[in-house]
Amino acid sequence: MEEEDAAADPYLPYDGGGDTIPLQEIPRRGSNYAMSNGGGVASSTTHLLDFLEEPIPGVGTYDDFHTIDWVREKCKDRERHRKINSKKKESAWEFTKSLYDAWSGWLVVTLTGLASGALAGLIDIAADWMNDLKEGVCLSAMWFNHEQCCWTSNETTFAERDKCPQWKSWAELILGQAEGPGSYIMNYFMYIYWALSFAFLAVCLVKVFAPYACGSGIPEIKTILSGFIIRGYLGKWTLMIKTITLVLAVASGLSLGKEGPLVHVACCCGNIFSYLFPKYSKNEAKKREVLSAASAAGVSVAFGAPIGGVLFSLEEVSYYFPLKTLWRSFFAALVAAFVLRSINPFGNSRLVLFYVEYHTPWYLFELIPFILLGVFGGLWGAFFIRANIAWCRRRKSTRFGKYPVLEVILVAAITAVVAFPNPYTRQNTSELIKELFTDCGPLESSQLCQYRSQMNGSKAFTDNPNRPAGPGVYSAMWQLCLALIFKIIMTIFTFGLKVPSGLFIPSMAIGAIAGRIVGIAVEQLAYYHHDWFLFKEWCEVGADCITPGLYAMVGAAACLGGVTRMTVSLVVIVFELTGGLEYIVPLMAAVMTSKWVGDAFGREGIYEAHIRLNGYPFLDAKEEFTHTTLAREVMRPRRSDPPLAVLTQDDLTVEELQSVINETSYNGFPVIVSKESQRLVGFALRRDITIAIENARRKQEGIMLNSRVYFTQHAPTLPADSPRPLKLRSILDMSPFTVTDHTPMEIVVDIFRKLGLRQCLVTHNGRLLGIITKKDILRHMAQMANQDPESIMFN
Amino acid sequence: MKSVFLVEVLCVFCFVLLSQVTAKNSEDIRCKCICPPYRDIEGQIYKQNVSLKDCNCLHVVEPMPVDGKDVEAYCLRCECKYEERSSGTIKVTIIMYLSILGLLLLYMVYLTLLEPMLKRRLFGHSQLIQSDDDVGDQQPFANAHNVLSRSHSRPNMLNKVEHAQQRWRRQVQEQRKSVFDRHVVLS
Repeated sequence: MEEEDAAADPYLPYDGGGDTIPLQEIPRRGSNYAMSNGGGVASSTTHLLDFLEEPIPGVGTYDDFHTIDWVREKCKDRERHRKINSKKKESAWEFTKSLYDAWSGWLVVTLTGLASGALAGLIDIAADWMNDLKEGVCLSAMWFNHEQCCWTSNETTFAERDKCPQWKSWAELILGQAEGPGSYIMNYFMYIYWALSFAFLAVCLVKVFAPYACGSGIPEIKTILSGFIIRGYLGKWTLMIKTITLVLAVASGLSLGKEGPLVHVACCCGNIFSYLFPKYSKNEAKKREVLSAASAAGVSVAFGAPIGGVLFSLEEVSYYFPLKTLWRSFFAALVAAFVLRSINPFGNSRLVLFYVEYHTPWYLFELIPFILLGVFGGLWGAFFIRANIAWCRRRKSTRFGKYPVLEVILVAAITAVVAFPNPYTRQNTSELIKELFTDCGPLESSQLCQYRSQMNGSKAFTDNPNRPAGPGVYSAMWQLCLALIFKIIMTIFTFGLKVPSGLFIPSMAIGAIAGRIVGIAVEQLAYYHHDWFLFKEWCEVGADCITPGLYAMVGAAACLGGVTRMTVSLVVIVFELTGGLEYIVPLMAAVMTSKWVGDAFGREGIYEAHIRLNGYPFLDAKEEFTHTTLAREVMRPRRSDPPLAVLTQDDLTVEELQSVINETSYNGFPVIVSKESQRLVGFALRRDITIAIENARRKQEGIMLNSRVYFTQHAPTLPADSPRPLKLRSILDMSPFTVTDHTPMEIVVDIFRKLGLRQCLVTHNGRLLGIITKKDILRHMAQMANQDPESIMFN
Repeated sequence: MKSVFLVEVLCVFCFVLLSQVTAKNSEDIRCKCICPPYRDIEGQIYKQNVSLKDCNCLHVVEPMPVDGKDVEAYCLRCECKYEERSSGTIKVTIIMYLSILGLLLLYMVYLTLLEPMLKRRLFGHSQLIQSDDDVGDQQPFANAHNVLSRSHSRPNMLNKVEHAQQRWRRQVQEQRKSVFDRHVVLS
């Protein structure tokens, strides 16, 4: 198997970086790691001598930054299951063990759901409090944010509903006065100070304790779920630091959200709990089932959308999603949503995040502006992906990326300085979205709802007919336009900073702002031109026709769809977020339009683009391979390369084997019958060979450097005085996948995707010719798409 | 880091339990009535700490701004909502969060500032503080040798803690190199 030269990738992490099954842990965890065979038929266990061989500890585990062998893991699991089932009838204890084994899956997802819900509750409460800390403090109870502080106050007039004596802004505390230019400047200054200190704390904690806690987490989780190993990415310290710094990052006013990081947090919980159960801790494929369920729980608590979470896990995050995982994800999302709802400390007003209370119908002609919003969403999505990837690439490759702390502080400073004057950017982004989604009710006092009323004083209040916009609305529109431009620009620089950052809320905010502007524009159009054909058909004069809040909702969905290219899960999430079941059709129309427009510019969503930027070995299941190349054009070795490094089945000595391992950097070696016949026997992995040899030198007597190594069932005939031979059959994979050299690459890529292979041997007329690895396939696909094939870093 | 894990699990479960167990403060319930403008009366919001059965316009809106016959018409337009919150949960959460944050900050200060100073002072004495010499060992056999030979358990608790901490520091350093220096992951 080819790998980068040691000079190009000097990091061959043999003892890994993380805290789960690195090589050091293996002796402590006991000898249960081995398999009886390299991964297929358990034929070798029938021989008597094999019973005397104990399994070698450590064989069957993986190195950091390597891909797992799905086939092997699944075989291991089936073997374990068979063993437990066969012993089930022996005694009551065995029966209980089998029950426990069957139910341990549900137990893991329950624990994961509980932990995710609890952590999400903690993050919500703490983030809300810290956000308001930038404005002021509650003197009577320091732990209350603004809304909670004024919860029991008795101010009755509507204009005063936000003020209460217990809540003091910083200017009031420091200067003693609440209004006036001096207090404005003092508030401004304190806002910037708090924003900068939160951002600085966040990036310092990330840098010192858990560097893997930065970023969104979803691209890496996608890669992990497709079979990649990143040790420590889902560990305890990462979990703790991500939780703590997410609150700080959100509170610092940066243009980011907490949904992606919550998925990461939930997956960390899933990973940690899976270590309590040997069924999951020892099998990487089973662990990924738990992680799929955990990511569903993460989205469920991020949005309060359990079904949307399951669909998100299916559509966006998971690689293999059998029905069993569907049930488990459903259950995990349910438990997590239940826990969050029961913890919910803010009262019934916060059950659904952006609850829309209007149920006015939408009209057919409104599909035109909805589709326009979809087009905007697609365009913005394509623009954002290109700009963000360009910026991240610059951060990755130039000196600019050497100062992460400085970068975070700079971005936070710019965000705080520009965001404070505009009331729409000063407030929490979730509150902004909520305000934009809410239609103007009878008591709305925000500027957006200051329409010019036409009735004279004596007529009673009528419910919100189409009215001309007052000056308040115009100034609000200006501020919203500025906020839109600001958010578009800042999010490009914020996503990818070295603090936990999510993308959903900023995208929804951008879409909501655009949607609301379009909605108000259409509303005014309907008022001033009510004699046009379109409006005359559907809108009556004086009746409520257009709801700008709905446009905001559709715009939010369109922008989120444009950037992530989700379809079904997005629609479900949005209508679970808002409760607006009547509006599914406009949502679907806008989301489909934004996906089509976005796909016209580039097929990848933001997460796939980041995966490609980092060079992860992710074989996308959504892309089609349409080229007509054959296997022999992709396989290694090429004509100019040195011949394939193979092992013969009973010819090698220990010394020769060690020299092959030391001189090459391949991950595995095919085993052939002899150099003349080149007929294939099996495949042996480098890690397994090294561990087996070391183990043999310790445990078995008489193994010396010139001992013969054999992969066959019986030792070859040797002269009488030769040292004891070493049998390595137990680590040999007797059923490697092979294709012939004339197999079209379409089929090869399909095999790799469907079976989750890492490598595939190529034969010609029955003789071994070469090898194709996943990295070769990714490079080939990149080459075919005219991208840089050298950007694929891992294998 | 089993102790950290246990502390975390403990916190999570305490949190979940507390939220159920915390007694309902009388201040934690309220009824909020929003009454839109009516004739020449402005829009008002009324709040009172009453329970669910008393959460209607007649009980909450005091003093009633209209008299006699108009009360019904006024009350019909008012919307009353019952709300509950759990101030105990909020208090516990914020205090827990701030204490964890404080501990982490102290530990960070210790790791970045104090420990190098102490290291310099105790340089001659301590065997525990070693340089990272067995990281990134390129020789696969030496590594496997290390792995399989590390089977003796250290009976000394202090040694164990120190050893675990060293291993953790090495892991974090590797992660830091991957993310910040070589920009290999998470760019």
